[in-house]
Amino acid sequence: MPVSDAFDSSFEKSISQEDRTAADGVGGEANGMNSSSDLLEMKEIEKSFPGVKALQGVSFKVRRGEVHGLVGENGAGKSTLMKILSGAYQADGGEIWLEGERIEAPSPSDMINRGVAVIYQEFAQAEHLSVAENLFMNRMPRTALGRIDWRRLRSDATKAMERLGFQIDPDLPINRLSVAQRQLVEIARAISREAKLIVLDEPSAVLGDSELHTLFAIIHRLRQEGVAFIYISHRLKEVFELCQSATVLRDGKWIATRAVEDWTTDTLIGSMVGRSISDYFPPRNPSPGEEVLHVEGLTREGIIRDISFTLRKGEILGICGLAGAGRSEVLRAIMGADELDSGSVRVHGKTTRISSPRDAIGLHIGFAPEDRKTEGLFLGQSVRFNVTISRLKRFLSFGRLKLAEERKAVEQHVQRLRVKTPHIATPVGNLSGGNQQKCVIAKQLNAECDVLLIDEPTRGVDVGARREIYELMIELVETRGMAVLMVSSELPEIIGMCDRILVMREGEITAELPRNASEEEIMNYATFH
Amino acid sequence: MASIETSDTKSGRRAGLRLPKAAGLVWVLVGLCVVAAFLSPAFLNPINLTNVLRQVALFGIVSVGMTFVILTKGIDLSVGSILGVCAVTAALLIGLDLPIFIVFVLTLVAGTLMGAINGIGVAFGRVPAFIMTLGMMVMGRGLALTLANGQPISLGSRTKDFMWLGRGDFAGLPVPVWVFIAISAIAIYVLRYTPYGRQIYAVGSNAEAARLSGINVRFVTFSVYVVSGFLASLTALIFVSRLTVGEPTAGEGIELEAIAIAVIGGTSLFGGEGGVVGTIIGAAILAVLANIMNLVGVSPFTQQIVKGAIIVIAVLYEMWSKRRSKT
Repeated sequence: MPVSDAFDSSFEKSISQEDRTAADGVGGEANGMNSSSDLLEMKEIEKSFPGVKALQGVSFKVRRGEVHGLVGENGAGKSTLMKILSGAYQADGGEIWLEGERIEAPSPSDMINRGVAVIYQEFAQAEHLSVAENLFMNRMPRTALGRIDWRRLRSDATKAMERLGFQIDPDLPINRLSVAQRQLVEIARAISREAKLIVLDEPSAVLGDSELHTLFAIIHRLRQEGVAFIYISHRLKEVFELCQSATVLRDGKWIATRAVEDWTTDTLIGSMVGRSISDYFPPRNPSPGEEVLHVEGLTREGIIRDISFTLRKGEILGICGLAGAGRSEVLRAIMGADELDSGSVRVHGKTTRISSPRDAIGLHIGFAPEDRKTEGLFLGQSVRFNVTISRLKRFLSFGRLKLAEERKAVEQHVQRLRVKTPHIATPVGNLSGGNQQKCVIAKQLNAECDVLLIDEPTRGVDVGARREIYELMIELVETRGMAVLMVSSELPEIIGMCDRILVMREGEITAELPRNASEEEIMNYATFH
Repeated sequence: MASIETSDTKSGRRAGLRLPKAAGLVWVLVGLCVVAAFLSPAFLNPINLTNVLRQVALFGIVSVGMTFVILTKGIDLSVGSILGVCAVTAALLIGLDLPIFIVFVLTLVAGTLMGAINGIGVAFGRVPAFIMTLGMMVMGRGLALTLANGQPISLGSRTKDFMWLGRGDFAGLPVPVWVFIAISAIAIYVLRYTPYGRQIYAVGSNAEAARLSGINVRFVTFSVYVVSGFLASLTALIFVSRLTVGEPTAGEGIELEAIAIAVIGGTSLFGGEGGVVGTIIGAAILAVLANIMNLVGVSPFTQQIVKGAIIVIAVLYEMWSKRRSKT
């Protein structure tokens, strides 16, 4: 689950965590309601995956007609909990009560029939079918002869959308709609199935401001009708604006549930993180050396425009901006992963043409992509395979791989980077996010990279392992003389780690800021005025 | 996700660094042999065993090529037709009184070229492997029948020059078996000890990650179809030599046999997992099974039912064991 951006929050304040204990109940009393208005109650939910306790005794209540915020960092267990609620996963222990009735081992269709709808970021929609067909998938109105009653389908669809107060041509193929419109169609679909509880998984990640307000208006309207919402978001501002109460999960455990009036940004963040931000980032003594990478005028039509900057030895340079600003695309362009329309790259003072990742690796530029699972790693293959694949030449003599040398080298990397793995033959997919990221870094070391492009270094990494990744990155620049160019959505990370910060907006660099720039300053350049 | 620390010690096989599920498969093979010996005393007859080995070799060579293709998450349905085209080509070239060596080279070039066309379509044209090689399968068979005019082509007076490849023995074993041993040894070496071998696994496990790791994904994809075409044409030469006739229908259905062998041998149809050692044992298992059924008089029609079922069961087993290891 991507941290779309944490910009709205002010992380820099140091936060204590004693208030987690202050949470009592669901805040129902605060609203003068008794427990009979509970629509959903999840009790002591337990769920384990091999080697991980994803949820430990999580309890959680949602009242009729409330919007309940569910917040927590990546890996806190929010999506696992929602998957259990939707019937996609079965809990190992605990109880689910819906409208006072205990539900045992539900299947996804059971939960839909009982009025629970989960709307994910990637919609489960049939791309080429019309809005109306998507709305009434599997339950199209029929004529007496059993044929689809198209006229009624159209009018039913129009009515379903009217009920929510919006209107889209029901005959339009769904893939011609904007993301926001598709989201509304999903909500309309849930409502037309008599949904009583709708889970919105990071709806704002893909919405603009005005679209968000339309969504909020619809949520308010449905709330009046008694529909409850679980609202998952990383943008705390939205939680305060929209929700009546909020629950915090951390590391698979319930931390606190309170009425939203009883939360402040600081206490909410404190509960999510569980420690103060200032402990997070190791100290740094930057001493930038000579230029190792210089890019000039990188342009990809409609994606990035005229990107120029210099990266020096021993330096960590950060790129930040809102989602879609073209941050990752800059890294991909330098790597030769995407084709450029214009621009040049100078590596160690020599202008070179990089037309594929192969060329980039040949020039000792390493890349740790944003999505480790689909782009960075071979999940089914061993740690050893993953670490050496991009430069096997090192172990080659007379066309034959020296397997013993390879093993020794990998073992050294694993030891030095403190990768926790039972064996170097263990499939990398069995490791935790943090250890997977270490493998990706080990891979760059094996390839003898002196420039590391790293996209979202701690995405999907446990809170505890994050600091280790940060320390590792600092070690790379300070003791190995590497240069790191990092992209991150998390401002505290950018501020805490980088020596210089490039801010991007709509494909362009809008500012270069020094270390310790404030979040407000960065946001100012990242958003529109 | 929180930290996961499972002790999966047998997982080295995934990188092709250890024997792929081989131990279990060997026991299946041994079990089958015991059953065979029990059901029919004729099984252990040296002549029968030699025949089984010959069978293993013939199907095995094609299956090694198929293993390469499947490891990249591809499939090659055209090996049977390439075999047919090459069988006819070889017979026609012999009819032209060309030296045997030239016949060999030209036939191998023909099969390799057909494989290269598959490779270009899949790697550069981005045609799904299933469609590309299905098209080649139909075209190839048509080409074989056209070249041969629909008739088997006899080798006539030159049969003798050619027979040694399919029928000859060397050091007590049939020549095709030696060919198979050589091909297997090379293939195992390539997969295990060369960067190219690693890259095949990489492309099959995650093509995008492979590209970002600096692997020339298109070239690797292209190359496995070339290998597969080459090995199909090599099998064609053995076929012609053994039957002393170039049949345009030679090799029909061998693609399924080869897929079954690779899959039974533990190569995953989802790419990136498996290897040639498993394929060798898979070939032996299928050959022994066919031999048992022949010996006890199971009709060829029934045998087809059994073979089809075995492929499905092998894949079911793979899915099942994967799911089990996940949860």
